Amino acid sequence: MSRTVEFDVHHVTRVEGHGNIKVRVKNGTVDEVRWLVPEAPRFFEAMVRGRSWEDIQTVVSRICGICSVTHSLASIKAVEAALGVEISRQTDRLRILAHYGEQVESHVLHVGYLVAPDLLGQKSVVPLVTSHPEVVQTVIALHKLGNHMMEVLAGRKTHPIRLKPGGFAKLPTEAELRDLKARLQAAVPQLEALAEVILSLAGELPDFRRETEYIALVNPPHYPFYHGQIGSTDTDERVPVAEFERVVNEYVSPQSTAKWTRWHRDAYGVGALARFNLNAEHLAPLATKVAASFGLEKGCTNPYLNNVAQLVEVVHVVERSMGIVDELLEAGIRPEKPHVEPRAGVGVGCVEAPRGILFHKYEFDERGRCLAANICIPTNQNHANIQKDFEALLPEILDEEEDAIRLKMEMLVRAYDPCISCSTHYLDVEFV
Amino acid sequence: MRKPRIGIFDFACCEGCQLQIVNLEEEILDLLGVVTPVEWREAMSDQAEKGESFDIALVEGSITREEDAERLREIRARAKFLIALGACATIGGVNKLKNNFGMNDVKETVYGEAADMPHLETMPTKALHEVVQVDYMVHGCPIEAAELAHVVRTLLAGKTPTLPAYPVCVECKLKENACRFEFGEICLGPITRAGCGARCPSEGSWCFGCRGLVDDPNTQAAREVMAHYGKTIDDLRGKMLLFNSK
Repeated sequence: MSRTVEFDVHHVTRVEGHGNIKVRVKNGTVDEVRWLVPEAPRFFEAMVRGRSWEDIQTVVSRICGICSVTHSLASIKAVEAALGVEISRQTDRLRILAHYGEQVESHVLHVGYLVAPDLLGQKSVVPLVTSHPEVVQTVIALHKLGNHMMEVLAGRKTHPIRLKPGGFAKLPTEAELRDLKARLQAAVPQLEALAEVILSLAGELPDFRRETEYIALVNPPHYPFYHGQIGSTDTDERVPVAEFERVVNEYVSPQSTAKWTRWHRDAYGVGALARFNLNAEHLAPLATKVAASFGLEKGCTNPYLNNVAQLVEVVHVVERSMGIVDELLEAGIRPEKPHVEPRAGVGVGCVEAPRGILFHKYEFDERGRCLAANICIPTNQNHANIQKDFEALLPEILDEEEDAIRLKMEMLVRAYDPCISCSTHYLDVEFV
Repeated sequence: MRKPRIGIFDFACCEGCQLQIVNLEEEILDLLGVVTPVEWREAMSDQAEKGESFDIALVEGSITREEDAERLREIRARAKFLIALGACATIGGVNKLKNNFGMNDVKETVYGEAADMPHLETMPTKALHEVVQVDYMVHGCPIEAAELAHVVRTLLAGKTPTLPAYPVCVECKLKENACRFEFGEICLGPITRAGCGARCPSEGSWCFGCRGLVDDPNTQAAREVMAHYGKTIDDLRGKMLLFNSK
């Protein structure tokens, strides 16, 4: 074959942040295929130095508008680890509920607003308003549920106010929790309807597989987003989160100026599919059923199916949220005030962001002033994996029309749901 | 009447302010009835023609590189009204924390040995009005969706939206919240521009100052409040750095 294909996708649309794709094929040979990220870096790890332990969450929440609860919780867990703060079971349950709300909001936003247009052959959700009004209404209702959970638990849809080291600045009322339970129950048929729509379109997801190491939190018998140890599909070894630096192994690639990550191979993947591949047997009943309806099984190596895994996770967290609300109501909400005494120390916090495992690490002096920070975000960890997928995918689809190649590559990027604004030290630009 | 054409653009930020547009939920459908979105990279693959003009450009984020300043000037030239969305755009917000350090220092802290690479070049953070003329500001981190809707409606009706010229304390008192200073906290309510409905104090936290300083802040009153609760002006300044660094 003597095909020549050259294109650059400048600022891939329907992703959070700015990313470019560069493809150069000459006479049927791939000369160059690259995933490039020109997002302006914001230097959060430098900016938090000197700030008080009580202000860290306020600053780092602003790393990402879509996963601000996740960044808040990772930082709070790190602060608590460093300062030796114990929290109550009530605080733990309420945080998990807020975090589940963010998984719903983020996954529905991604699958419903950003990916669905690809499956329906449209350039955005706007034409779907007239062509598929019932789908759009369902997506809006579920998105609203996720936002509502964060409002009731964390005090705001974006950039939580109530989440603090040691506990909550303000607690939800039992009436609010009973109302939330009713909303969660009402969401179940909506989730089933959305799953049916996506199932009818799943044939549009490209059939592409590449052997991949997946990394996520594990904590049997749970499907964890908040507690656990670091697990990998390549090993039975489980690593305490405090030792995350020996898993992520940040390095500078010879072909790239970005910091990439690797553990057992030259790249690894994080996110919904990684969590599914490590924890699928611990999914709630309806989520298990939805996964089976798509034929999604442990060991899946098709990155496009990350979108299906996201849908499965929305079902799972809605099911589990109902159980947590019941537990909280049974125990009754007790008034509690966070109490923290500053001291010197180092701490790591780890949670699963919607896009994958997230690590925050801070060091404090005896007054609780931040001396140093290290933040390792999921999109950063997926960067090398997107590149490796590109290298495997492009030769397989070279026979197709240029527009189809371009679309499949853009869809691959969108499948990872990259959150490029989170780029704290994640950068790769071309030198031309 | 031709539907007004709107473009949504982002610079260095968390993109949480454009998320508040998505968070209008069903009201987006009403919004689409009265305006035409012509460019919105995060939500749409459609792109405006090069040089195409907008009635309103909504711009979030701060300017931290010359190439971004250039892109902002180009957006300004195409827009009848340019509205700055959120703290990063209106006052620089948390992005200006960086300005308290040397640029080489922040680069070395984050990128280590790679800090000298040319593409990592960064300049002190600027709010949009420090680069181009801004017609209106929607403050907050994140913005209040209702306030954005109000500003757009007012502009489209040919009127001029106005900003509250009083501090957050006014709204906090109306909500009958207990004063955060009573809890031993340092709250920026006395010097921060209102308009959020005292959101953070109402949620049990102190005000972070994300809407910027009120015009002509009553610094004497702030001193008295601090002295009354045994705090110093330096304590206050430390909190002000979060969103109001220079």
